[in-house]
Amino acid sequence: MSATVTTPAGRMAALARAELILLGRSRSALVTAVFIPLVLPLSVRSATERMNLEDAGLTVGLVILPAAIGFSLLFAVYSTLVGAFVARREQLVLKRLRAGELRDAEILAGAALPATAIGLAQCLLLAGACGAVLDVPAPRAAHLAVVGLGLGLVLCVVLAAVTAGFTRTTESAQVTSIPLIMVSMLGSGFVVPMELLPDRLAAGCELLPLTPVITLVRGGWTGDLGAADALRATAVALAWLGVGVFAVRRWFRWEPRR
Amino acid sequence: MDATEATEATEATDTSEHVIEVTDLRRVYEGGFEAVRGVTFHVKRGEIFALLGTNGAGKTSTVELLEGLAPPDGGRVRVLGHDPYTERGAVRPRTGVMLQEGGFPSELTVGETARMWAGCVSGARPVREVLKLVGLEQRTDVRVKQLSGGERRRLDLALALLGEPEVLFLDEPTTGLDAEGRRDTWELVRALRDGGTTVLLTTHYLEEAEGLADRLTILHEGRVAAAGTPAEVTAAQPSRISFELPTGYFPGDLPPLAELGVVGHEVDGRVVRLRTRELQRTATELLLWARRAGVELRGLDVRSASLEEAFLGIARDASAPRTKEYAA
Repeated sequence: MSATVTTPAGRMAALARAELILLGRSRSALVTAVFIPLVLPLSVRSATERMNLEDAGLTVGLVILPAAIGFSLLFAVYSTLVGAFVARREQLVLKRLRAGELRDAEILAGAALPATAIGLAQCLLLAGACGAVLDVPAPRAAHLAVVGLGLGLVLCVVLAAVTAGFTRTTESAQVTSIPLIMVSMLGSGFVVPMELLPDRLAAGCELLPLTPVITLVRGGWTGDLGAADALRATAVALAWLGVGVFAVRRWFRWEPRR
Repeated sequence: MDATEATEATEATDTSEHVIEVTDLRRVYEGGFEAVRGVTFHVKRGEIFALLGTNGAGKTSTVELLEGLAPPDGGRVRVLGHDPYTERGAVRPRTGVMLQEGGFPSELTVGETARMWAGCVSGARPVREVLKLVGLEQRTDVRVKQLSGGERRRLDLALALLGEPEVLFLDEPTTGLDAEGRRDTWELVRALRDGGTTVLLTTHYLEEAEGLADRLTILHEGRVAAAGTPAEVTAAQPSRISFELPTGYFPGDLPPLAELGVVGHEVDGRVVRLRTRELQRTATELLLWARRAGVELRGLDVRSASLEEAFLGIARDASAPRTKEYAA
């Protein structure tokens, strides 16, 4: 018996495999996870034509690339996972899993793994595409982009779990995930870079959960982000992560309300 | 009588290991509803133990605490000597669980579901073997959503058995199964017990508890209403005789009931119901009286005490909660 005791990694892998099969069988989840993030960056392109980017030291590519990564995080990871967490809870899958050897964090992480991997793959693909099509040069401070992307992926998983906590049905998941998506698209520098916002507004927007992710990713490519700004962005992201983890532990629901 | 002594002797040694110990257990839900109100019992290694009760009696609320899904609000639970909630790592690899309602993603096939579980269970045996055990080997490639309710229950049972657990929790394992499926499950559970597995199951089927359980506890409104072997619980109940009074006769025409060993009676129209602890004597005296009087007792029904009687008795006491106080 002791020879075949399960490990956290093994358990999460088994769960992730099942979750990947499920993702492949849900057409709406596939569209959200794969199609939307590849299409939305095109819409940003038309918006950038009306911006005065040169004053801020930016190019079209340096606006679209972080935005594309942001869309990928929001749709492939966040939105997909809100739906998945709620669906598994309502099917009593989460409760069933909790009666087994998996620990709570393993259940959420294992279920999140396929969407996170898709998100990561998309980000890399989009970064490569931006480099090829929009002449974006190689990142000057790649470590910042890596930190930003890593924080973004983890943050989106945690925020998806938070959102799922107050979402009752899979249908309402499409509504409850809108606020973060809208706020991020408008205020986190996806479409309009922080550099182009009035200072006071920018200061507020910098505190939004995905702003530090976009800031770090863009800074990673431009190499213009100072150490103090990079640290501050990282601190904001970590603070959101802390709040998110607390909220999940406190309010995540493992079984449907009766 | 030697046999009895032998049984007692084995029991005495077996009691040294209580696989499950529940002491003064309490569970209160959000909003203040007290589902479990001080329940105490223990389960010995290698026995089938049934928690019996109507819906809302607190069976599932109790079992979920044993499974470690939530901490108790009072009292103590020990499974294999550990707290199933705080020491889950020590308990979970040795237990198998079948919840009241199985939670499986509807778009996975039976085989995919079982493989997923096998990856999460220590010492998992081959998926094919366990599906064969519950008769689902022909349904391996069928999506869960296409299974019947009974098949879903059997899939759930298969997953609970994957790790060859020492302790098995089955919450209403045969609900939704047809008669054949129910019999198959009973046989499987008996075979597991004979192989040394300790089984705790909940049920609201009396015949299931009576035929399957070595010992049982009847829960009612979150409390233990009766406990013991099925025979012990049944023995505490009176047997029943009912018949129609012959035309022209009145209850007063019967011989004095106390002399027949009757401990309680009621008359409902022409139907007389007697309760007795000496079924043979009461029945004999009654039939002798009928022969002397030359009357026929229509609808005569003589039945010894059953678990059903015990169960209904408990429900009756509950629906008339003041009765006891009047009696006292």
